[in-house]
Amino acid sequence: MAQSSALPAEQYNYDIVRKFTIMAMVWAVLGMSVGVYIASELAWPFLNFDIPQLTFGRLRPVHTTLVIFGFGGSALFATSYYVVQRTCQARLAFPWVAEFTFWGWTGGVALGALSYVSGITQGREYAEFEWPLDIAITLVWVSYFAVYVETIRRRSQPHIYVANWFYLAFIVAVALLHIFNNLAVPISLTKSYSLFSGVQDAMTQWWYGHNAVGFFLTAAFLGMMYYFVPKQAGRPVYSYRLSIIHFWALIFLYMWAGGHHLHWTSLPDWVSTLAATFSIILLMPSWGGMINGIMTLSGAWDKLRSDPIMLFLITSLSFYGMSTFEGPLMSLKSVNALSHYTDWTIGHVHSGALGWVALVSFGSFYHLIPRLWEKKMYSQTLIYVHFWLATIGIVLYITSMWVAGIGQGLMLRSFDDYGNLAYTFIETVEFMHTPYVWRALGGAFFVSGVLVMVYNMAMTLRAARREQADVEAKLAAKLAKA
Amino acid sequence: MSDWLLWFTSMENSKPLALLLFFGAFCGVLLYVFTGKHRTRRLESYKYIPLDDDEPQPSRTARAEGSHPIPQGDGQ
Repeated sequence: MAQSSALPAEQYNYDIVRKFTIMAMVWAVLGMSVGVYIASELAWPFLNFDIPQLTFGRLRPVHTTLVIFGFGGSALFATSYYVVQRTCQARLAFPWVAEFTFWGWTGGVALGALSYVSGITQGREYAEFEWPLDIAITLVWVSYFAVYVETIRRRSQPHIYVANWFYLAFIVAVALLHIFNNLAVPISLTKSYSLFSGVQDAMTQWWYGHNAVGFFLTAAFLGMMYYFVPKQAGRPVYSYRLSIIHFWALIFLYMWAGGHHLHWTSLPDWVSTLAATFSIILLMPSWGGMINGIMTLSGAWDKLRSDPIMLFLITSLSFYGMSTFEGPLMSLKSVNALSHYTDWTIGHVHSGALGWVALVSFGSFYHLIPRLWEKKMYSQTLIYVHFWLATIGIVLYITSMWVAGIGQGLMLRSFDDYGNLAYTFIETVEFMHTPYVWRALGGAFFVSGVLVMVYNMAMTLRAARREQADVEAKLAAKLAKA
Repeated sequence: MSDWLLWFTSMENSKPLALLLFFGAFCGVLLYVFTGKHRTRRLESYKYIPLDDDEPQPSRTARAEGSHPIPQGDGQ
């Protein structure tokens, strides 16, 4: 049975959690602003200004790296270090190694972004880091694994809570994916060639790419969900047994689904079918997990009216449900024939990345910040403002990409009475201009919400520091009197 | 290589075998999780773990210095 012998807060290492939380927000502002800029470049190409460092091709990996690894990665480090300590009731092991993971990860992301702007890239999606950075990241990741496992080993709580299973699966799977996908032959300090070639190279790339989504952007954030949703709701997760089924089914099924990114290519047809089949089956654990999270609020739905953090968390689960329905749908070969190589894919990715990943992270941070700095959030109203800016931004983004993607897909497969293509490619590009403007606007809404959060957080931290200084001054005066 | 090992190299054999193994494992997990009253009670008790770390008591040093515990459960 579960034990309840909570350790005093002073016995947890919150310093490392604070550092990663702050850096997550720094990366969020930078990465998402770059995202809005490149979205604007697609709507108004003059924004390239003929400067190579500002072109879409170089800034796009900067955007994906800063938001996925910078913001998402730092949010995962912060929350996993917090959750593992609280649920295991043990202080974080190897504090210096944990410190190394912070500086190593932050430095790696920063150097990666600089290298892309300079045109140094492996050209592998979501794995553009060149080999020296890949090795550095491997070292950081192994250190992360050591800190996490050792903390679990030192736990006072006999059972390992399910959130830690998800985090641990993420750490192990990402290590495997990162190492195998980046096997390469270096020819200089800044250039290497993949060890794989042809269709094997593509398959390895998308085995990595899809599982980066599955383990980095899904499993780990589910770990976050399994701790912060019950915690914020003040009630336990709906069904612990369902969470166990959710875990095993999800981690088993995700590994096989990557091939659906390569439908209608030279990938063998049976691999393509296998990937589509697993993608469809994946709907079940995904929705099982979503229902488990949302039903945690069963009997306390009124919290959605009074608690903006609950709004963030439950809306993120709703987006998780929507994007995990859309994903299997798009993995069907017939649907993929329409959707692939269009902006529908981009819309799908962002419904998951903004709707699920970012919202669950913001909700968790709003829960975390008052506990890390021992100060209530500066403004509850600003949390509501952030929520609505983010939600409106996501809806604008997704719907404009549906219009652009499905519209272009339909135009490219239209024929006239004589069997000729009804539209030229450039006509499809002209058609997409208006949705692109709306997409940039949606992104701007989302970033402005993040800026509101940063302001709210900065004011909270300032007040906490002021209060701390007051306490120290009083203590000093007391000691001087004595 | 022994003949029985060659049997596994044929996709027509290894695919259904893999299906049986994985499906069997999945059914095993389902049976384990959803059967047995005592086990059910034990597994469901774990869901309270995140709630157990509420309202930590201040440490002896903190109490001596007069500092306050972290504000908790205010539902921000």
